[in-house]
Amino acid sequence: MRLLIHTTLFLSVFIFIGSSRIFSVEPSPQVQADTLVNTADTVGVSVAPVTSLLVDDYKYDNGEQLNLSWVPSIDDQLIDGKVSVYRVYRITNDSTRELIAELPPGSNSFTDKNLNRHDTYRYIVAAVSASDDEVLSTTTEPVQPQREWINFRRGYLFLLALIIGGAVIYYIQSARRGKKLFVRKIAGLEAVDEAIGRATEMGRPILYIPGILDMDDVQTLAAITILGRVAHQIADYDTKIRMPVSRSLVMTAARETIKTAYQTAGRPDQYSDDMVSYVTDEQFGYVAAVDGIMVREKPATVFLLGAFFAESLILAETGNSIGAIQIAGTARPAQLPFFIAACDFTLIGEELFAASAYLSGEPKALGSLKGQDVGKAIAMIVILVGVIAVTIGNAWDVKFMNDVKDMLTTIFSTQ
Amino acid sequence: MKRTTVLVMVGAIVIFGISWVLKSMSLTSTTDHYIAKGFAITFAAFLTLCIFSFLYKDNPFYKFAEHLFVGVSAAFWMSMGFWSTIVGNLIPRVSETLSNYFKVPYHPESYNPFYFLPVFLGILLLLRLSRKVGWVSRWPLAFIVGTTAGFNFIRYLRSDFIEQVSATFVPLLVDWQGIGHFFSNLSLSSTGQFVAMLSNWVIFFGVLCGIIYFFFSKEHKGVFGGASKIGIWILMITFGASFGYTVMGRISLLVGRITFLFKDWLSLIS
Repeated sequence: MRLLIHTTLFLSVFIFIGSSRIFSVEPSPQVQADTLVNTADTVGVSVAPVTSLLVDDYKYDNGEQLNLSWVPSIDDQLIDGKVSVYRVYRITNDSTRELIAELPPGSNSFTDKNLNRHDTYRYIVAAVSASDDEVLSTTTEPVQPQREWINFRRGYLFLLALIIGGAVIYYIQSARRGKKLFVRKIAGLEAVDEAIGRATEMGRPILYIPGILDMDDVQTLAAITILGRVAHQIADYDTKIRMPVSRSLVMTAARETIKTAYQTAGRPDQYSDDMVSYVTDEQFGYVAAVDGIMVREKPATVFLLGAFFAESLILAETGNSIGAIQIAGTARPAQLPFFIAACDFTLIGEELFAASAYLSGEPKALGSLKGQDVGKAIAMIVILVGVIAVTIGNAWDVKFMNDVKDMLTTIFSTQ
Repeated sequence: MKRTTVLVMVGAIVIFGISWVLKSMSLTSTTDHYIAKGFAITFAAFLTLCIFSFLYKDNPFYKFAEHLFVGVSAAFWMSMGFWSTIVGNLIPRVSETLSNYFKVPYHPESYNPFYFLPVFLGILLLLRLSRKVGWVSRWPLAFIVGTTAGFNFIRYLRSDFIEQVSATFVPLLVDWQGIGHFFSNLSLSSTGQFVAMLSNWVIFFGVLCGIIYFFFSKEHKGVFGGASKIGIWILMITFGASFGYTVMGRISLLVGRITFLFKDWLSLIS
């Protein structure tokens, strides 16, 4: 009960602070320069100055940008224009003005980037004649860039994340309530049991390679998740596992995973930290060591699951040369051809991420897989509608289809 | 150790010695440190040949090169991790005393108390060395895994979902002015209307069938199964093209090594 009250209080304070930050009405930083009054800065009157110089905060950033806009000089004409360039000056806090940009005639806006939100900035835009006479606008009022906590431009991204996330939660709950969720057969994963069984019969170890990236890569995470299931079965069969890794954090995570698997299988005494060993972070040093292990220990089964680069074919070919059953999987398109050529089974792209759910059959993992399928269904429908709209809109200029195309382009914009 | 092995190793050492002397002599006119330079080039060539010897079978020379490579690189990365991450990034932002000690410029303007969070998590990771409180090391690990999943969810939603979907909005009829105009101007030119349309049809059906292949909630039978088979065929054709392209890249790496042996070591090519 106390925990509940504390949690509620904490959340209330958090929400209050957050909402006051988001919804607080702050004075608009937009300032209009009074160009009619100040003409004292004019150095040589050969062209008219820019007017209506405005500076306002760039929306939805980390307080690093300001937008400037102005009405160009009346002497800035397409034909016989007298303005050769616009110069934008910035005054940071109370320092002297510095030139930050030179813009071609016809320019009427500029975005000043890489600012510090703790500093104040004032701006002047000068219209420069062909004889290099500058006519300055008035100086804007000091403005500070503002930081926004929420980027409302990504509203549709949030909505999509919500739909896919919601679908995942829905299917997890459905699975927990006992609803049977169907997942189609994945050939590579059907072979896992057979591969572990073969190693047991031959009395040889199983080599598990989780790629060469760290724990901040999703492919490594997927490899470690699959390892949990594989290690459980290895513990059941009382087979040996050998896992050389190239990252210290992966070593830690793999040891924890295998330890838990052995405990769950009821064989905690069989677990040893030596099952997982750190080799080196160096890509080809690691490959040299793994190749050496392969030819000396001759594992019956090799798992190559995770993120691989140029070493993929070297590892897969060495595994092939010793006659091991090889189950590979990666989401790196450039390395998949090598695995397909040299391994017995290959998990292509998302099959690697689906593998943990498929192997475990746990409600949480299966629900996640089904939720992702909802995303794919949405993608298929949107592509179908989008392509029809673009085709008809372009070919016959049908307004409705053009509107549909614009709507989908807005929703699926990456800005 | 077998007599043959001993003889081969002695032979290799003798050849190495002769090569070192000859290489050093050839460098006398070009560099002051010709003995050291001669040793470096000869040793690099020797290690290259040691690694290549794996193509024959596992042998003591390969083992030597492998262990040297692993040992040196592990130490190198350990050292790099300390000097670039802790001394290079952390200390200049948090401590003037330590910055002076390690002789790195102190940047007080970059100070942020949040930098102590990874330090704290790193210390927690090291606690796994203790049997009593080793379980605490799971917390930073959970933090890393959780934040990775969170960050990547949005990143991949944008790059692998939204960008891919919007890139597939292609017109199936390009510059369409009627069926008669299409057939009367039919051309196989790479910039022509037919090729542009064919390309868009392949993109559209390829993406759609590819997604169907990766759809796990439905049995791949009937029309769905047919589309899935087309999807895997398209993937395999793509992989075939990618295979050839990447192999060409690998050949260039081999050429680089052979150039080193024949140019820098043996000086047979200029």
